[in-house]
Amino acid sequence: MNLSKALAILAAGTLASGCAFAQLTMTGAGATFPYPIYSRWFDEYAKVDPTVRFNYQSIGSGGGQKQIVAQTVDFGATDGPMNDASLAKAPGKILHIPMVAGAVVLSYNLPGNPALKLDGPTVANIFLGKITKWNDPAIAGQNPGVKLPESDIIVVHRTDGSGTTYIFTDYLSKVSAEWKTEIGTNTAVRWPAGLGGKGNEGVSGQIQQTPGTFGYIELIYAAQNKMAVAQIKNAAGNYISPSTETVTAALSAADVPEDFRFSITNSTGTGAYPISGVTWLLVYQKQENADKGKKLVEFLRWALTRGADLARALDYAPLPDALRDRVLKRVSEIQSGG
Amino acid sequence: MAHGMKPPSRIGDTMFAGFTFLMAFTVLVLICVVGWQLWAGARLSIGKFGLHFLVSSDWDPGNDVYGALPFIYGTLVSSLLALLIAVPLSVATAIYLTELAPRWLRQPIISLIEMLAAIPSVILGLWGIFVMVPWLRVYVLPWLQHYFGWCPLFRGSTNGSCMLAGGMIIAIMIIPIITSVSREILVSVPDLQREAAYALGATRWEVTRIAVLSYAKRGIFGAIILGLGRALGETMAVTMVIGNTPQIAASLFAPGYTLASVIANEFAEASDVCVQSLFEIGLVLFVVTILVNLLAQMVLKTFAGATVKQ
Repeated sequence: MNLSKALAILAAGTLASGCAFAQLTMTGAGATFPYPIYSRWFDEYAKVDPTVRFNYQSIGSGGGQKQIVAQTVDFGATDGPMNDASLAKAPGKILHIPMVAGAVVLSYNLPGNPALKLDGPTVANIFLGKITKWNDPAIAGQNPGVKLPESDIIVVHRTDGSGTTYIFTDYLSKVSAEWKTEIGTNTAVRWPAGLGGKGNEGVSGQIQQTPGTFGYIELIYAAQNKMAVAQIKNAAGNYISPSTETVTAALSAADVPEDFRFSITNSTGTGAYPISGVTWLLVYQKQENADKGKKLVEFLRWALTRGADLARALDYAPLPDALRDRVLKRVSEIQSGG
Repeated sequence: MAHGMKPPSRIGDTMFAGFTFLMAFTVLVLICVVGWQLWAGARLSIGKFGLHFLVSSDWDPGNDVYGALPFIYGTLVSSLLALLIAVPLSVATAIYLTELAPRWLRQPIISLIEMLAAIPSVILGLWGIFVMVPWLRVYVLPWLQHYFGWCPLFRGSTNGSCMLAGGMIIAIMIIPIITSVSREILVSVPDLQREAAYALGATRWEVTRIAVLSYAKRGIFGAIILGLGRALGETMAVTMVIGNTPQIAASLFAPGYTLASVIANEFAEASDVCVQSLFEIGLVLFVVTILVNLLAQMVLKTFAGATVKQ
């Protein structure tokens, strides 16, 4: 008797608490480039608002775009803006919400790892396989006083499709006409030279292991592994080291259109790091589920404001104030329900 | 007494037969469904590139032009390399374990080999990147080049991530299966065979060769085919060490690319035509696997069949 009573009370209690903590699960999918900061944000946000849980699958930007159009996720994520054709396939208006920007860095493994300075055409020619030796005049000319070995340059690139590759090839297409016509901009391309590594970890692993290598990775991987990183000459003619400040400089110099679809590679800002890229969340302007819509807006506001410090800690550049205010205004236009 | 009884009911047997038939039939249906699905997914790509897809070496997602030849080549060569390395190792190990090893040593070695099979392929791949590839680059490849550089297989730059590395990592992955199955088969060879050979005055080597191996040949060949099946489809570890460059190079020191690797690498970010082409790559892998298996069965029939009848 007592036992059944106790059980009944327990059951009632469980039910009640179940109601109090009714958890809403928001599903998202897409870009791999911002995955470290997104997962950090979702973890932290669980403490801010325990009633909502985020489930993010970093399946790649292409997948993120497809899934938001197919409405199988609550939000998508992408490192390259969606084109008009893809947007037209969606059943409603999709907003691009820029979240953070990051840098793609060129890392290398040379004896003593001297600081290197390179301009865009040189980088493009190395990746085109036209500059093959470390002591090539094109490299030596920009680095007087640096002792460069006579060895081959072993180019390392990503083999899995990735937003990192998209940002990097977008930059190369802007600084090299030959790259633009021969290879183009994409999440995966036909590499004219070099070895392929899987993921940032695959490429950074190969660079760390193999003397004479040269490859591109995300800033955070270079920073964590203390890898040598080249300064890149920007459009204003200055050699710039990649950092959150120099990426912010690229963001600040950008001319951002109303739909927030823009590119910040090869930025004209004097202190801007040229191989920088923005990453977006993709959300429908009209949210069908009112609860989810409200929660999503709350999260976006939090991430763009309070989340900025978390982004900096992971070597991502938060949006500059002026741009952030414009984005927040757009976020407030998201309609929930009906 | 027996006249009055009804014949025993056969309903159990009928159900048993029906059930097992259903299970076997399911496997058949599953294979057909997979094949059809791959074909359906690849239809546009097949229509667009036709047979050219199989003989073209271009893989250019930037311009939407696709060809599968370097991947077919990479899959076949890396699997062949793996067999060349794994078969002598595995079969010799199996013979040692059943015929020669002292009893106390057998079980520990068997357990270790089975543990090798339990290592996830991504872990083997990481080991490949951080241990095997540097070792190849610093010691093995320069040595091979120094002594065998006259042969085109061992020429060119020695970066470490190459076809040979891919073959070696696959070899490590198929050694357990070939060894275990071969060992089971050698164990099942009746002792009568061995005793008869000894009675005729055969040496240990002769006993193994005449009495054991010729008896077990067919089974060991089956074990190798099982290993080959795994080698053809192996993805993760190979992807991490093979260099992932779609090219057909004579040298084993040059990077390559396999059918399975390109699907794993590019599927997530691929769009439209590229997805279709990756489906077609999947279809090609499916067909290549079936063809290789059929070929192996034919070899088995002509080569091993005769000795068993003796």
